[in-house]
Amino acid sequence: MPAEPVAVVGIGQTKHVAARRDVSIAGLVREAARRALDDAQLTWADIDAVVIGKAPDFFEGVMMPELYLADALGAVGKPMLRVHTAGSVGGSTALVAANLVAARVHATVLTLAFEKQSESNAMWGLSLPIPFQQPLLAGAGGFFAPHVRAYVRRTGAPDTVGSLVAYKDRRNALKNPYAHLHEHDITLEKVQASPMLWDPIRYSETCPSSDGACAMVLTDRVGAARSPRPPAWMHGGAMRSEPTMFAGKDFVSPQAGKDCAADVYRQAGITDPRREIDAVEMYVPFSWYEPMWLENLGFAAEGEGWKLTESGVTGLDGDLPVNPSGGVLSTNPIGASGMIRFAEAALQVRGQAGEHQVEGARRALGHAYGGGAQFFAMWLVGAEPPAT
Amino acid sequence: MTRYEAPYGRDIAVVAFAQTCHRRRSDELSEVEMLMPVLHQVLEATGLRTGDIGFTCSGSSDYLAGRAFSFTMALDGVGAWPPISESHVEMDGAWALYEAWVKLLTGQADTALVYAYGKSSPGEVRDVLTRQLDPYYAAPLWPDSVALAALQAQALIDAGEAGEPELAGVAARSRRAAAANPHAQLQGEVPRGEYHVRPLRVSDCPPVGDGAAAVILAAGERARELCGRPAWIRGMDHRIEAHALGVRDLTRSPSTRLAAERAGAFRRPVDTAELHAPFTSQEIVLRRSLDLDDRVRVNPSGGALAANPVMAAGLIRIGEAAARIHRGESDRALAHATSGPCLQQNLVAVLEGEADAR
Repeated sequence: MPAEPVAVVGIGQTKHVAARRDVSIAGLVREAARRALDDAQLTWADIDAVVIGKAPDFFEGVMMPELYLADALGAVGKPMLRVHTAGSVGGSTALVAANLVAARVHATVLTLAFEKQSESNAMWGLSLPIPFQQPLLAGAGGFFAPHVRAYVRRTGAPDTVGSLVAYKDRRNALKNPYAHLHEHDITLEKVQASPMLWDPIRYSETCPSSDGACAMVLTDRVGAARSPRPPAWMHGGAMRSEPTMFAGKDFVSPQAGKDCAADVYRQAGITDPRREIDAVEMYVPFSWYEPMWLENLGFAAEGEGWKLTESGVTGLDGDLPVNPSGGVLSTNPIGASGMIRFAEAALQVRGQAGEHQVEGARRALGHAYGGGAQFFAMWLVGAEPPAT
Repeated sequence: MTRYEAPYGRDIAVVAFAQTCHRRRSDELSEVEMLMPVLHQVLEATGLRTGDIGFTCSGSSDYLAGRAFSFTMALDGVGAWPPISESHVEMDGAWALYEAWVKLLTGQADTALVYAYGKSSPGEVRDVLTRQLDPYYAAPLWPDSVALAALQAQALIDAGEAGEPELAGVAARSRRAAAANPHAQLQGEVPRGEYHVRPLRVSDCPPVGDGAAAVILAAGERARELCGRPAWIRGMDHRIEAHALGVRDLTRSPSTRLAAERAGAFRRPVDTAELHAPFTSQEIVLRRSLDLDDRVRVNPSGGALAANPVMAAGLIRIGEAAARIHRGESDRALAHATSGPCLQQNLVAVLEGEADAR
């Protein structure tokens, strides 16, 4: 029996900000969930199961917070699953929820991811004081900067490429009412003059620390037929993992990322991603990851990704818009960031992305990664149901 | 026996199970070192190699490990190269098994490796578990896991549904059964001890310890190739209750009842039940919710009262039930896992062996 097709019929986000002091953790997640239900014109009673994801529990200081959030998410009397796959978790969570529908275990599932980073300090939360590791990585930037330098050295990319990505994404964010950073007076010169944090990554080329949640309602064919708005259909989804460190690991273009993309493209029947995909929401926490992932995901040949960025191909009006929402560089509630990528891809093919809508987007890729560039989750969504 | 028809279009079975010898402390071992032997055991039992596994899923907790992303270290032990299809739940491994079961049901994979581990020894697990509670109204009071279980036990006593002698009976039977379980941490005669938190005495509470477990799942014919008598998962479901203890009737477990109904547990009687009841009083609550009478062998392994490696203890219940089917000691078994204070969240799986197995 072939798997049940999966449709996205409801999407909700909070307005992402540095600190949501006006709501509890429960209040934050409920806000996103309510918006997703409203979008689908469904009620809590229509939901069969809840799948929730977030990054490390230390970020809020609550162990397994899904237990406490069961009431706020209408999960009492229902199944509730909690996923944690590091930074890719928002994507993985959506895929776990999608499998419940694909396997026909449940008809309609609410999936949600969040982070309330104002409850702690994520940078130091990620700087592990444990034996046998470098004593001070100073956050994710300290971990990833050497790999960015390796990319620059390997490809000979001009050192302005990172600032171009940041300038583009921060301007895209101005068209997204939910984005955290709305820097109306941003200029390329300001990005390039911002302080160097982890060479070659400047302050304006890093993601913010955000409070936010994102929710989606996933359903089967019957549910999609009742949807008041056009659904987004899942055409492919996959996760891949590889170890943190080992001899021969390519940190610049990890094999797990290539394999994950290849699996998704195979499921979706994509043979030329550059031509066949209309919009990409990729996980770019530091500017240089845009050209790096363009190569890893097969949109550009090895060593050529930066040329797409430099020539404007990835701009909102380019022929392969990347992060029309403003991306992780403009909004980063870590545990939710992957799901925001997945949801923004779905918004594009539903034609619901508002001011940052890519004209005529029919197929879009949502991408997330995490850990030491080792966990990958992706999905490809389309405006049409998948061919079965 | 008539051939069973898979309710979701695909038959999935537990084909291998392994667990550590659970111990009070394992200071000399990292989580990865503790986990590696059980991973090797389930792979050897099936003749599979890491590269043959279609999907891998694990359960563990950063709060026990005391570090963010602790599960990434375990992944190194799995040998995720070339890259693997893999996921992780911040829950007991029983829910990792559930995620893997769903993955196999979709047809995206034919085999799955599931593992879970937890070391309670580095900290005070009673205190650590208070961090699971509502962070605004309950956690600041630090009500620990034993105190909350004692509230539940007292509610049971106040309702006239059990007395301290019944609790003592559960404790004694569990530790007696554990005498035949080489992996158990507490075996044989265990003194009742002082009140830990009234009405719970030391013997009503689980031992604190470290441990790991691993399971391999396989679908259809693949399961028959890998195991002489697969433990077929006839149904599996899990449900959660409200978090605030004040709105719950602690003498009942409606989420267990509902999960069991959804898993098809009441269609025919089971001969064995492995219940994840860390406290004696919780076994009584669960037995009632599941209609288990004296004809059912409850916790022949000794249950969580004999070994309770947090995050793995629920997966071990499924593994123990499956292993009895593998050995021909059970034909239809119920396995249960719990999470959260006072049985807030519960999972029920129904496993069966085939009468005509080779």
